[in-house]
Amino acid sequence: MGEIKKHDTPMVDELKKGRWPSFVDDIYTYGEKHKKQACFDIMGQLELSYQHKETHWKHGGIVGVFGYGGGVIGRYSDQQERFPAIWAFHTLRVHHPAAKWYHTKALRKLCDMWEHRGSGLVNFHGSTGDIILLGAVTEQLEYTFYDLTHQLHWDLGGSGSNLRSPACCMGKSLCEWALFDVQDMDYELTMYFQDELHRPAFPYKFKFKFSGCPLDCVAAVARADLSFVGTWRDDIKIDQEAVRAYVNGEIPPNAGAFSDRDWGPFDIKKEVIDLCPAKCMYWDEKEQKLYIDNKECVRCMHCIAVMPEALKPGDDRGVCILIGSKSVILEGAQLSSILAPFVKVEPPYDDIKDLVYKIWDYWMEVGKNRERVGELMQRIGLNRFLVDVLGIEPIPQHISIPRSEPYIFWREEEVPGGWKRDLAEFRKRHPI
Amino acid sequence: MADEQVIEKLKELWNKYEEIEGKFKDEMDPVFDEPYYPGIAEKLYNPDKPMENRITDIGPPYFWQFMPPIIKKNFGKWKSHRIIRPGVIKRVSETGDVIYVVRCGTPRLETVDYIREICDIADKYCDGYVRWTTRNNVEFIVDSEEKLNALIEDLENRKHPNGSYKYPIGGTGAGVSSIVHTQGWIHCHTPAIDASGLVKSIMDEIFDYFGSHKLPAKTKLALACCLNMCGAVHCSDIAIVGIHRKPPFVEDDRISAVCEIPLAVAACPLGAVRPATVEIEGKKKKTVRVNVERCMFCGNCYTMCPAMPLADGEGDCITIVVGGKVSNRLSPPKFSRVVLTGIPNEPPRWPTTVKWIKRILEVYAQHANKYERVGVWIERIGWERFFELTDIPFTEKCIDDYRLAYTTYRTTTHFKFTKHVKTKLEDYYIQK
Repeated sequence: MGEIKKHDTPMVDELKKGRWPSFVDDIYTYGEKHKKQACFDIMGQLELSYQHKETHWKHGGIVGVFGYGGGVIGRYSDQQERFPAIWAFHTLRVHHPAAKWYHTKALRKLCDMWEHRGSGLVNFHGSTGDIILLGAVTEQLEYTFYDLTHQLHWDLGGSGSNLRSPACCMGKSLCEWALFDVQDMDYELTMYFQDELHRPAFPYKFKFKFSGCPLDCVAAVARADLSFVGTWRDDIKIDQEAVRAYVNGEIPPNAGAFSDRDWGPFDIKKEVIDLCPAKCMYWDEKEQKLYIDNKECVRCMHCIAVMPEALKPGDDRGVCILIGSKSVILEGAQLSSILAPFVKVEPPYDDIKDLVYKIWDYWMEVGKNRERVGELMQRIGLNRFLVDVLGIEPIPQHISIPRSEPYIFWREEEVPGGWKRDLAEFRKRHPI
Repeated sequence: MADEQVIEKLKELWNKYEEIEGKFKDEMDPVFDEPYYPGIAEKLYNPDKPMENRITDIGPPYFWQFMPPIIKKNFGKWKSHRIIRPGVIKRVSETGDVIYVVRCGTPRLETVDYIREICDIADKYCDGYVRWTTRNNVEFIVDSEEKLNALIEDLENRKHPNGSYKYPIGGTGAGVSSIVHTQGWIHCHTPAIDASGLVKSIMDEIFDYFGSHKLPAKTKLALACCLNMCGAVHCSDIAIVGIHRKPPFVEDDRISAVCEIPLAVAACPLGAVRPATVEIEGKKKKTVRVNVERCMFCGNCYTMCPAMPLADGEGDCITIVVGGKVSNRLSPPKFSRVVLTGIPNEPPRWPTTVKWIKRILEVYAQHANKYERVGVWIERIGWERFFELTDIPFTEKCIDDYRLAYTTYRTTTHFKFTKHVKTKLEDYYIQK
């Protein structure tokens, strides 16, 4: 190994100060310890970006591993002479295990591998969910992939116009509110759709995300083309004793989430009953008893979150399937909208897989380049998408409010007599 | 071990994996007991026969193997939880088991040594098990108060050379979360701003809100370094977006060589890119022209075509959006709204952006009711009141003029008398 070449990085060095973990300190410490020129060069290039206020990464660059169309993103510096150790700095997306649990044996081995093959820089995790290995030169890509698959039994995630690595919340592993097994469904669909994940053939990206309850910790409704959110349809389970304990101040409300400020004593009427969006709760002061009109409940989770030791979601649980969310590019941001408000899901989720194929078949046929499924839905109309494409019966739960303008695109077969008319007959009745 | 022996061993392990299709549940895949063998991939991968020894489509490791025994035992049996101090969640199971989850912020961009240190901690206190959250926090799980106290003390004492905490404890309850963010100048080719540096600058300033429960509700922050929004920031309480403000260059001399012209044309959501022909050194060349009047600087053309760069150190700026959420708690998920744009891009500490973020957070903390997320608070008090309280100057840039603009106009006489309301008509005219 040759001498390390250091760069002056006064602006970047500013970020060593302060209390939040400093990535600059981390990268420099690591670079010094392991004599990694890439660490010094990336800090040098970042300094240059801080001076120019522009990125110094070139546009794209098609690289990958044989047989896969995704999982590796090409990246080249436009400062090849100045920062030769990062001339190529490709990204590998490594598919995270569901709910992001790890054992150190696996993590350490992954670290050893990445220190040997690449820059030693990582993201835990990328926005989609994958572990991101930042900074490999082209010739190391296949070796890294072979190390991953042979020595870690670990695969790459998705990138490009394909199924992206699905992601879920902590699910039943840690949370009492997980209303279906998000990890199992995530894993099962991930494995079933491996081909779609590695070999891009879609108009654009497609994401699955699984949240165990309507609190939606994995932001499924905001960033998944197909969002799965747990919900229930029977009664909220009430432990009246525990409710009284909250009312009497014996248990901190909201599991202690407001502990550092004096909000006054817990007031069940003000903090729960009056805030309930469905106004379906009643606290009987005399009886010291909580009543819920469960058929009116919209399951927002507020009362349960405020009194987790007293209230629990019901036992008749299922999944709300929503479709179409995405961020701004291209046609503006969208949230997912309800496709099926409540379905029971069971491994191996064959009905879900069928639905996915139905959506993909249509989208792959009709979708324009870089058109997300949500945008396609907007283009043809939710009503057509539900009825004509998926064959789903429209129900009020699909909308928040009916349309205001009565411009309706009638189908010919819906109109008595169809659209073929006899003009001569018409004029007989209505002479000019 | 000789290479042949290693390869033999790996084959044996692969057979074991294949036998059960990787579904290691009660015990971990024994492949992780093997050390990393640095030179083996060179023996397995043959560039002339790329399919030889290739393992594909195996997906991520099966999640069950990475969950600690106590989690497996209590999977789906969690009864309730309490946040016993910011960043520490006590979870109680129906089986009577109790665990303590300690949540720590991370910079997301880190080195393998930082991950190894997480492994050291997990080995010391958690039998080697560890997990990450969706928002880039790392979680350590222990099963006794003794271990918890030792772990907390240990974490609090781990600092980078210049004093920043390596693993600040927090991110629970009514505080700010870690900032979900993108790559920025460290690794992306389309950013308008940096990501990691800006996140570090903001978190340094609002650090106390990460490790405390002082806010009216959970407050989720996010950052996207361009409109592609890999960070899906469009549903965050407070978020930062990098914005380009100059129309793309068109590199006539190379565009036809590096881009598909029809794709570049189709890339523009506003039809502002049209095909054109120019003459260069007597030769006709196909290129495009941009109708700059229609350009909204989304950068989609550059994503499709490297010969249309639009980043500009002088022109690129920062936008702050507020009031979004994904949780269904109390009210449906909602988008964040643009309240401030044109903020200068100021590495390395971005003082103007940091100042405004802190201001919004503090005004929110002061005025919102308990349980009110930023967007819910603003809806209650009215956007005009929000602008007044925060002293954010309202500008025409906050008025939507894209697809769904009409839905954002004020079509009622309901408004509040803030400083924006005048008495005489003439006072409404822009003062020259």
